[in-house]
Amino acid sequence: MVLLTRKIEFSASHRYHNPNLSAEENRRIFGKCNNPHGHGHNYTLQVTIEGEPDPVTGMVLDLKELKEILEREVMQRMDHRHLNYEVAELAGQIPTCENIARVIWHLLEPKITQGRLHRVRLYESPDLFADCYRNGANEAGKS
Amino acid sequence: MSRALKIELGRRYRFSASHRLHSSQLSEEENRRVFGKCNNPHGHGHNYVVEVSMSGDVDPATGMIANLADLDTFVECQVLEEFDHKSLNKDVAAFREKVPTTENLCIEIFRRLKSFPKAKLERIRVEETGNNSFEYTGENLEGNRP
Repeated sequence: MVLLTRKIEFSASHRYHNPNLSAEENRRIFGKCNNPHGHGHNYTLQVTIEGEPDPVTGMVLDLKELKEILEREVMQRMDHRHLNYEVAELAGQIPTCENIARVIWHLLEPKITQGRLHRVRLYESPDLFADCYRNGANEAGKS
Repeated sequence: MSRALKIELGRRYRFSASHRLHSSQLSEEENRRVFGKCNNPHGHGHNYVVEVSMSGDVDPATGMIANLADLDTFVECQVLEEFDHKSLNKDVAAFREKVPTTENLCIEIFRRLKSFPKAKLERIRVEETGNNSFEYTGENLEGNRP
């Protein structure tokens, strides 16, 4: 099996706020991420596909195709958007790295027709990221 | 929550420390041969990056596996306070008898962070420099080499 990874970057705003909690609890749990008017990040997304190289093309998946899928499913949905208000798939969820990575996994997985999705890694900043794997892919973290 | 997926939270920390690679079980000449300039008697230093990966259920109320403030405080107390701007050989008890290679550093940091109460420690990855990195996932933790 071979892994291939494509990286894209997008910029978006968000706010951590749970309407079921009091204003004070929200401030305590989320700190400055609860600022009423939100804030933003430059996100870096690394999408890893696993598979065997096609004997004719030598490719696991045509990178052009992956690029188009990422443009359609992620960039058009999330780039320069407010994640709380403009991304339907995140409605009702706190737009943390963990939740955004999971949403991206579910958006991409059905679109990958050659090879299969191995890992979604989303960096909110260079020092904070979330990984999403298929459960049981124990070797995943070593990639 | 989907159980088909595993979500991990990754967080990077930094500390700067000195070390010297030297084994009391080897002769001076063997130490020089094995460790090269890392055996320089007065040690040398690195800016280390520690990447901590935790897994767990994402709490629907917070969207988080673990609150970052809790994780940051834990790592600060368990690792950074004792390691940052220190000599690993002289200031960290675990390395009085064990060579402070980055392999052993990964194992020691894993040992210190595995008791984090809010999530499961999956992996420690340490960058000694931008070109060298090491990972440890906790295998054979009780049977670490001396």
